[in-house]
Amino acid sequence: MHADSCAARFAGVGYDVGGRSVLKDLDFSVERGRVTAIMGPSGTGKTTLLRLLTGQIQPTAGHVTVEGQDLAVLDRRGLYALRRRMGMLFQNGALLTDLDVYENVAFPLREHTDLPEAVIERIVLMKLESVGLRGAARLQPAELSGGMARRVALARAIVMDPQILIYDEPFAGLDPIALGMVLKLIRDLNQTLGITSIVVSHDVHVIEQLADHAVLLSGGRVAAAGSPADLAANPDPSVRQFMAGSAEGPVAFHYPARDRAADFIGGAP
Amino acid sequence: MPSGLTAVVAKFGRFTLFLGRLVAGIPSTLRRPRLLIEQVHMTGALSLVIIMLSGLFVGMVLGLQGYDLLRRFGSTEYLGTAAALGLLRELGPVITALLFAGRAGTAITSEIGLMLATDQLAAMEMMAVDPVRRICVPRFLGGALSMPLLAAIFATIGIFGAQLVGVAIMGVDAGQFWSQMRGAVELRDVMEGVLKSVAFGIACSAIAVYEGYHAIATAEGVGRATTRTVVTSSIAILAIDYMLTAVLL
Repeated sequence: MHADSCAARFAGVGYDVGGRSVLKDLDFSVERGRVTAIMGPSGTGKTTLLRLLTGQIQPTAGHVTVEGQDLAVLDRRGLYALRRRMGMLFQNGALLTDLDVYENVAFPLREHTDLPEAVIERIVLMKLESVGLRGAARLQPAELSGGMARRVALARAIVMDPQILIYDEPFAGLDPIALGMVLKLIRDLNQTLGITSIVVSHDVHVIEQLADHAVLLSGGRVAAAGSPADLAANPDPSVRQFMAGSAEGPVAFHYPARDRAADFIGGAP
Repeated sequence: MPSGLTAVVAKFGRFTLFLGRLVAGIPSTLRRPRLLIEQVHMTGALSLVIIMLSGLFVGMVLGLQGYDLLRRFGSTEYLGTAAALGLLRELGPVITALLFAGRAGTAITSEIGLMLATDQLAAMEMMAVDPVRRICVPRFLGGALSMPLLAAIFATIGIFGAQLVGVAIMGVDAGQFWSQMRGAVELRDVMEGVLKSVAFGIACSAIAVYEGYHAIATAEGVGRATTRTVVTSSIAILAIDYMLTAVLL
């Protein structure tokens, strides 16, 4: 892959916490202008990977590079400068609860620019229009449904015209209509604005419709990577179990425990 | 060194570093006075009712107790002086700070803790906005500025409460009540109270902000952080009060 076509890169990345290895030997790239999905069962390190990607934590091994910059060598100022070129959609929206919808979307503009109020108003209303919520500008976050809150958060994430957009479980807990709306928005943003999109999700069917490339994590490692079709055809048992949503397979239903006889016959644990 | 003591020293070190970040953020907050005014309103103006009512009742109790004590020595004309000195130098700053920790301090901690638990602070970080500067510093500064004003109001209402009981009910001469007070109370007495309330304001606001920002991001974690704000602030107020009194007397 040509260096220029790479928006983010994980090179031999590992992350240990309390002597336990959460992520091991991650090696993959995120191509510019494409939708890359990070998939995997719960507890496999997807959120940790996002925190590494956004510089909230530093890897204990290897390097994370975003837009050609090694996050480990950036100071706070450099990290903030890079983050201005990134947007992130949190799972619950993470809207600021003391501000209404309009002010939430205007927040990054007010913090980072000295634009006149008329210009801010125009930009905010345009972004809200693009997520279909211009009419909800004066609602409070508490008055929004889960799907609406996520769309407002998306408008806020794109208000500074980022080059990379990161979505943390954007489809979790949404009804089919809201899910369809968010899915369409992510696709439209990627296609019309050419934004590099990184979507963390375990919704296999949605990812099959959305992603150009998918990375499947299992046990803190990359179990498979490729197009969603490649992953669907992967013969590895753990990949097949995840893609088919099967209860039977290498990922056990039971959390590791001592012998059954010891608990059920031998008395209290 | 025992592990418990190490933990306390380590926490004090983290708190001191955090206080440094708060102080370093003050110039950026002063450039955006709207943020500061909002917080003075939240911590100061909205605490007025509890401060005024408490000041009135403390002053009235002081009037009764002071009258009873001074009557034994035949010097009830000093009631105004006793009430004013007690309120200005000690009771005003200390009780205001304790009430502030319970009302505004807990509100600050739980608000910041809930912002942490709902990813609002992480979202700010991702928008390249420093949550310490945007959220913590205005609350710290707003609280620190409100405290001396609230203490002054508490002491003023308290003196009127003492006058209400001493003069209107117990029959102390109003002229003697006010003239003795005016003759005995000096500027340094007032300044002692101001200095104490400034110190309490800085300590209480910094503790409230610190506990909220470092809360564990769960319902239980935020609850525990709120409790720690009240306990730590109360101990800090009384310890600082002793130290300042010892130095200023």
